[in-house]
Parts: sequence; structure tokens; C-alpha cells
Amino acid sequence: MTEFLSPEEWNAIWLSLKVSTVATVVSLPFGIAIALILARGRFFGRTLLDGIVHLPLVMPPVVTGYLLLLAFGRKGPLGAFFEQTFGLVFAFRWTGAALACGIMGFPLMVRAIRLSIESIDRKLEQAASTLGAGRALVFLTVTLPLALPGILAGVVLSFARALGEFGATITFVSNIPGQTQTVPSAIYALIQTPEGDAAALRLTLISIAISLAALVLSEYLARRMARGATA
Amino acid sequence: MTFSIAVRKQIGQFKLDITLETGPGVTALFGRSGSGKTSLVNLIAGLIRPDHGQIVLDGRTLVDTERSVFVAAGKRRIGYVFQEGRLFPHLSVRSNLLYGRWLTPRGRRWGGLDEVVDLLGIEALLARMPRDLSGGEKQRVAIGRALLASPDFLLMDEPLAALDRERKAEILPYIERLRDTKRLPIVYVSHSVEEVARLADAVALIEDGRVMALGPVGEVFAQLDAVGDWEAGAVLEAVVQAQDPDSGVTRLVHPAGSLVVPHIEAPVGKLLRIRIRARDVTLAVGEPGRLSVRNRLKAEIVSISEGRSHDVGIRLDVGGEPMLARVTRDAVRDLELVPGLAVTALVKAVALDGT
Repeated sequence: MTEFLSPEEWNAIWLSLKVSTVATVVSLPFGIAIALILARGRFFGRTLLDGIVHLPLVMPPVVTGYLLLLAFGRKGPLGAFFEQTFGLVFAFRWTGAALACGIMGFPLMVRAIRLSIESIDRKLEQAASTLGAGRALVFLTVTLPLALPGILAGVVLSFARALGEFGATITFVSNIPGQTQTVPSAIYALIQTPEGDAAALRLTLISIAISLAALVLSEYLARRMARGATA
Repeated sequence: MTFSIAVRKQIGQFKLDITLETGPGVTALFGRSGSGKTSLVNLIAGLIRPDHGQIVLDGRTLVDTERSVFVAAGKRRIGYVFQEGRLFPHLSVRSNLLYGRWLTPRGRRWGGLDEVVDLLGIEALLARMPRDLSGGEKQRVAIGRALLASPDFLLMDEPLAALDRERKAEILPYIERLRDTKRLPIVYVSHSVEEVARLADAVALIEDGRVMALGPVGEVFAQLDAVGDWEAGAVLEAVVQAQDPDSGVTRLVHPAGSLVVPHIEAPVGKLLRIRIRARDVTLAVGEPGRLSVRNRLKAEIVSISEGRSHDVGIRLDVGGEPMLARVTRDAVRDLELVPGLAVTALVKAVALDGT
């Protein structure tokens, strides 16, 4: 099995999974918070916030990547801040790839979670409060569990998006084997080289398999969510 | 445990302006839908805030807009049984029941799971999910969930309104048991005369966001022209004297006479409240002859009020309790009915209804 793929190819797959997982896990709390604000908040600028969250979905990925480079590059304002405060460098590192993937998947995640929060009957939350639960407990014991199908769907969508992310990532963190070369970047590099066709095809098949698995999982969760809503 | 409420709240075009004192036992909030009953209960529970006013529970101020006091719903220790149950769909019946108990400090808990499960007859449901329960079962679990939070006071907002007649009959005895065994003060919202007559000690008549009348059930219902003439009636208290399974009737005794009603499930000696609608009462002057009507009560006319139609409302005194009769204007003239006159009130057996 190990001979099927070269070490570089394994590297790309491993890096892709790591980048996508970190991107999804780290963005999840923010995704839930933003979804809650968009679903429940009634404040000035809500539409603007909604627009900003959705921007990565409609902008060319290259533009998103370039903006990330400007902001999170070592000389960018946010990049400098993170490096000085947390010692965290994004530029040309796998962390930068995770940041790019997280941001590209964020609108999909927020959308799925928001829809499921909006479908929750708030009367159930009232019932919980009359039983002695404060706001935080109502959220943890009623809102969050009832939004769980949407949260899981959002996680799958964001993860799948991260696996396929190419444009923003290559623009922001380039295409360094072992550092920032994820599966899509590796395929891109392989088809540029004369003998790379076979390897590119192998990675392509693996890519398809992973995406398909994610799709099937999200479909299954969507169905469960629909069943839960009618019960 | 008493409530002292004086609140005002504007909800859209609707204006709620309530002043109310409740006593121990069951206080019914009675009125048409849209009269403001549910808003009042939500104010008491802390789900909405009044514009002005205060709510005091047994000396403990829950709301006072003057002093900016507002105790959050979760800290009021007021149980709330909603019309639609509102069980948590993601939790089993057992977890639903224990939700409030889990949030109640150990020292404040009263009643255990077993006791409440027993009281409500929900033993067999514990492992099920709410979506697998019937409407009546859901409502019993909802009552149990509210009780297990060990509240000082219980609010019930039309807990039977969404149920059919059979389901109502299934749950009413449990609420009666709750009233009789728990000594938990209850505010019970309903637009059903039958439910209120059967359950409540006192009734507050709510109309257009105001309390129109407050007092013992019998008194308030006797002056109940406001609820619509057709349904007006009075509530009497009678004791079960005998059960007659062969003829399917229950014999009741009242100070003013005896009553025969369709079978009511109750032990001999139990005090029942029964409702008699004004339109089901016939008046006779002197001793009536041979009649098919079995129920005859000795009565005295207290007052005669001209209705809006050709009917006349007659207020009676039967053994010290108020009762209403509705007769035609012609009958008043022919029988020479006047206040102070002794009459016999004839009530069709089928008109009596304990539910």
C-alpha cells in the first residue's frame, strides 16, 4: 500500500487532512457564535456582518488569498500582531493554509448552523428558563443540542471545502512541498511536470474518494436533521 | 402562599391592566381567548416584563418597576405548565422530568421522581422520547417536569385546551389529586367553565386585559352574564350520596334537595362541584306535580334582571348558594315571579356535568 504513493504524495494527503481538520475545529466556535448573532441578534449592521461572512463565497479565491497575504503576511498588520503576541506565523506555513481554508469554509459553516438555530422553537428555551436554567445553561442544554444536526452539517461542509481549497491557499502560502503543499496544490504541481500524470491521477482518485465520503456523510446528517425537525 | 399583582403592559394595541390578589388553593384565570390571560401568566413567570407595576409572591418582590427589581424567570421558583407541553424533544421522558430537579439546589427539593411518577401515572413512559407520546401523556409529563423543579407556586396555562374530551377526562383527576395532596398554590388559566368549576377555589374573570370579577367560583359564575348568556350558569357543591351502577346514575345531596346525575366516578361522601347552566333550570311555583324532571331544589328568588333578549335572568338562593335561571318574560308575568318568592328549581338530570 505504501508503494502505491510516494512519500511526497503521502505528505500532501497528511497535510491536507491536518490543515482541513485544524481549520474546521478552530473556526467552529466562531462559526457558532456568528451564526447565533445572525440568527438571533437584532442590531444595526447585522446585514453588513452577514455580507462580510459571505464574501469568501462570492469573491475569487485569489482575491481572498491576496487580502490574507496583505493582512497576515509577516509585514501585514494582523500578521505582525499574531507573531509578536502569540509567536504565531501564518505566511508560507501550514498554519497559513489552515487560516485560508478556515476562512473559505466559514460561510458554509455559518449558514448551516444559522439555519438550524433559526428552526429551534424558542418556546422550548422559555420552558427551560422557567425550570430554573439561566441563559448560559439554556444555551448549553437546549439550544446547542437542538442545533447539533446543523452544527454537524456545517462541520462537514467546511471540512470538505477546506480539502478542496486551492486558490486562496496557493496565493497566500504558496506551494512548498512538506510545508504548504496540500493535495490540490500537489496535483497542480504534478501536472506541470512531464512525468507527473500518473501521480496526479492517483491523488485525484484519492481526492474524489475523500470528497465523496464527506458528501455522503453530510447527506446522511441532513436527512437526520429533517427527520428530527418533523418529530 | 399568595400573589399580589398590580401590573400594566402594552402589547401592540392591547392593553393589560391587572390588579389581583390570589389566595391559597387553585385560582382560575377565566376569560375568552385574547382576553390577556396568557400574557398575565407570562408576566408572573417572568417571561415578559411589565411596563409598570409590581408582582409580590408571599412578601418576596419578583418585579417592581419603581425600584428596578426584576427576578429572572429561572430564579422565581414558579412552575409553568404550558398549553402545548413544550417537552424537550432531544431528551427522554426521564431526562425531561429531571431537568428542573437537576437545577434545584438539594436543600430546596421536595417530592421525588418516584412520587411524581406515581402521582401522574407515567411509570411506563420514562424511557420513551417525547415524540412517541400521545397528547395526554405529553401533558402529564409536562406537569411532572414542572413539579420536579420543586416550585413554590404552579402556573397552568390551559393545560387541557389542546386535548380532546377523553384526554381531558384522563388528566383532570391527576390535577385534582395535585390540588388535594400537594397544597401547592396553582394559578389555572382556562376558558372552559367546566374545568374551572371542577378545579378552582377562586376565579378571576379576565376581560379585555382587566380583572372584571374576583371571588369564590360559585359567586363569580352566578354573575357571569359577561361570558355570554348562553353559557351563564352557577356552580353548586353537592356530596355523593350513592352510586347506582344499574341505572348508571350518581345520587348527590345538596342542602336544598337531592340531585340525580349521569354516573360520576367519585366515592360516596366526596364533595363535588357541579355546574348548572341557567338555560337548563325551570322554575315552578308551589309543589310541582308528576314530572319527569328528577332534580328539584328549593329556592328563593333573589333578583330578576332584564336580559338583552326576550329572556330574563333570575338569581336564586338555593340552600345559601347562588344559582341562575333563565326564563321568558311571559313566564315572569304569568307566574308572578318577584324577589322573595319561594319557588322550586327543576333541573334536567342530563344538564348536570361534573367535568
